[in-house]
Amino acid sequence: MKQMQEEHFDPMSHLVPISLYVTIWAALMVFTGITVFAATVELGVFNIVVALLIATIKGTLVVLFFMHLRYSTKLTMVTVVAAIFFLIILFSLSMTDYLTRAWSTSLR
Amino acid sequence: MATSDIQVAEHALQHHFADMEQQQETSTFGMWMFLVTEIMFFGGLFCAYLVYRASYYQAFVEGSQKMNIWLGATNTAVLICSSLSMALGVRAAQMGKPKLMAVLLLITIVLGCGFLGIKAVEYHEHWVNHEFPGPNFHFETGDPAHPATDPVHTEIYFSLYWAMTGLHALHMVIGVGLVTWIIIAGLGGAYSRAYFTPVENVGLYWHFVDLVWIYLFPLLYLISKKHGG
Amino acid sequence: MATAVQTVERENYLNSDYGIKSWLLTTDHKRIALLYLVSITAMFWIGGFFAMLIRLELLTPAGDLVSSDTYNKLFTMHGIIMVFFFLIPSVPATLGNFLIPLMVGAKDLAFPRVNLLSWYIYMVGAITALTAMVMGGVDTGWTFYTPFSTTYSNTHVMGAAIGIFITGFSSILTGLNFIVTIHRMRAPGMTWRRLPLFCWANYAAALIMVLGTPVVAITLLLVALERAFNIGIFNPQLGGDPLLFQHLFWFYSHPAVYIMILPGMGVINEIVTCFSRKRVFGYEFVALASIAIAVLGFLVWAHHMFVAGISVYAALVFSLLSYLVAIPSAVKVFNWTATLYKGSIRYETPMLYAFGFIGLFTVGGLTGVFLASLGVDVHVHDTYFVVAHFHYVMVGGMVMAYMAGLHFWWPKITGRMYPEAWAKLSALLVFVGFNTTFLPLFIVGYMGLPRRYHAYPPEFQVLNVLSTAGASILAVGYVLPMIYFLWSLRYGEPAPPNPWNAVGLEWMTPSPPPTHNFDETPIVTWEAYDYEHQPQEEVTVGH
Repeated sequence: MKQMQEEHFDPMSHLVPISLYVTIWAALMVFTGITVFAATVELGVFNIVVALLIATIKGTLVVLFFMHLRYSTKLTMVTVVAAIFFLIILFSLSMTDYLTRAWSTSLR
Repeated sequence: MATSDIQVAEHALQHHFADMEQQQETSTFGMWMFLVTEIMFFGGLFCAYLVYRASYYQAFVEGSQKMNIWLGATNTAVLICSSLSMALGVRAAQMGKPKLMAVLLLITIVLGCGFLGIKAVEYHEHWVNHEFPGPNFHFETGDPAHPATDPVHTEIYFSLYWAMTGLHALHMVIGVGLVTWIIIAGLGGAYSRAYFTPVENVGLYWHFVDLVWIYLFPLLYLISKKHGG
Repeated sequence: MATAVQTVERENYLNSDYGIKSWLLTTDHKRIALLYLVSITAMFWIGGFFAMLIRLELLTPAGDLVSSDTYNKLFTMHGIIMVFFFLIPSVPATLGNFLIPLMVGAKDLAFPRVNLLSWYIYMVGAITALTAMVMGGVDTGWTFYTPFSTTYSNTHVMGAAIGIFITGFSSILTGLNFIVTIHRMRAPGMTWRRLPLFCWANYAAALIMVLGTPVVAITLLLVALERAFNIGIFNPQLGGDPLLFQHLFWFYSHPAVYIMILPGMGVINEIVTCFSRKRVFGYEFVALASIAIAVLGFLVWAHHMFVAGISVYAALVFSLLSYLVAIPSAVKVFNWTATLYKGSIRYETPMLYAFGFIGLFTVGGLTGVFLASLGVDVHVHDTYFVVAHFHYVMVGGMVMAYMAGLHFWWPKITGRMYPEAWAKLSALLVFVGFNTTFLPLFIVGYMGLPRRYHAYPPEFQVLNVLSTAGASILAVGYVLPMIYFLWSLRYGEPAPPNPWNAVGLEWMTPSPPPTHNFDETPIVTWEAYDYEHQPQEEVTVGH
């Protein structure tokens, strides 16, 4: 019984070393600092581009390591990608309207 | 694996699963599906934000100038720290150390409450400045040389600010409740090296809420260069 | 089959436990399916009652039965109840709940307690919405268009919106449960290619529930916030854009149309192949068509907004994308007809309903293609043509499929046979009544009669009288099954495990099934719908 369980299923398999968690945490803190610093520099519309780029890097780190996506099944990865895909559909198809309205104030 | 671990595991195995592996992977997958629904739930608000920000950029810039970037940054750091203690707490549960887990999750709760406290300070500031949408809304840039160009749409910015951060704060409150439940159950001996799925799932939830804030912070606070920041 | 011997005393999910508590606290997916069945049937009759009042008002051109305000409330409440509280949960929450674990060979859904929770959430939502209706009703239309719903309507918009918001979570939880169950709970040997198409169809619908419902939930929450705090996200006077509401609303509510039809298509697959004694034609194509409909369904929402003020470019894009949905839908219709070809067809009641479905869905689907084209839509938008179109899909399609499925699996669910002659009569009445009700609406709509008015010019009266007459036939067609189903619970003949000689795991367990579905976990070694060589003893029972 004991052997069988360990043979089929080892919940310890994705035990991440503490050092990795701390490294990720440090990276997240550094990126937070960078994003706040970048906000004090005049970059025009690129302020938001930089900020979102950094946010995406941070988000990816959280999902991959804190949420163990890197050690998860393919099914879980597909699930996450699917969610992002449909979110992009919501955003982009909505914007096909707002960015092309003759009477709107978009893209002033 | 210790015998007591096996007993906890057998006790936790629900009748309709063949074994612990199936049960564990099923619940984790279920949790991820739930997070998908959460992504779409927040996604509707983010879509509204995107549409209005693209249409009324200047109004949004003026609104975001009212945000206290330092409180926002501090809160970001607080949440990242809480995510670290949460991740370490889940790790402790994986290794079958309920007391260590309880301590780490308690730190998570404290940090979570700290986040909510700082948020409350910000809310109060906006409230007394009439930066709450509705009949009492009143907006001034605070700089006589540059009066508000588009206060109507700055009110939209604040509507979205309150809706998005409010929904996020609600998720935080729920998260604190869930973590409390995990601590109590963990100290009661509910989890072991063979069965810690609820800890893992609550951890996923906590990290997700952190993730939402990672996007809310730049979108609401860092739209454009901070004046006098 | 040894287990085929019918003994009255055999323990099953119905007689294993008695008392109200054993039902209200059950986590058995089969009992929860019955809880849902009772609840949505009640909602169906309430919604149907409003429909009858609408048809009675339209009997004469003058607005003589109800005032225009009352009429607005009637069609709103008819829509809200039928869409959110009947059609969306109809096949998934009842038949899907009952059958998916049986079809994949599992003991239950992945999360039985979540499943029960979803029913309670549904009930709370339904009662909230009904309370709003009893207190005076809503008049915004089921679509809650802003700014009327947020600013101008002084009816109970809040209550109805919150009711739908709450019920949305029951739908999310059901969808989540289906997806996880189909991924993780399949019996040994039950590969994706062996999965019954009913499961594929419900899986596709569940994808929409999970991905779309949260968006409408947040949208309705914003409407409620806007009414409560006078924030202006959708209010043009406060700088908001009312079209944003429509974008977010239809992002869910168009795919939601496919939540309402996909599970019905799944039912039809099972029935057409069973009563043709043939393997379904092009299994892979039908399975993938379900997924394709679910995905494409998310790309077409703004075709509801062609005349609302979206940009011409966006309208063009959405019109083009809308045509694409016709492809997987046509794949399904062609595959059903190809399955019938040279089959040995039996005309039992479920098959009659299935024939009705195929014909009526085709009419509804093809008129949908008309509406997807920009020019035609400008002409018929907000006329009875649209009303007829979506009733052909929703009632002619989904309700037909729901009735087909109920008859097909009634012996499995209750362990009793229904009276076949009465059932055939009711299938006929529904088909005749339905067409008499809604075919005239295509004509009045194309002639330009706008929807949602309680009075109309006298030249449209003949067709409207015809429609109302058809509605009363339709009502009889729905009342009859209600009576004989209840009758059969007590007086129906005991059903054998497999009355239709069908394949599929659900037919290999007794009727009604035992609490744990199968006496032993089945091991699947055969292909789906293997009707061509169907020795009934093929069941291999594993450890």
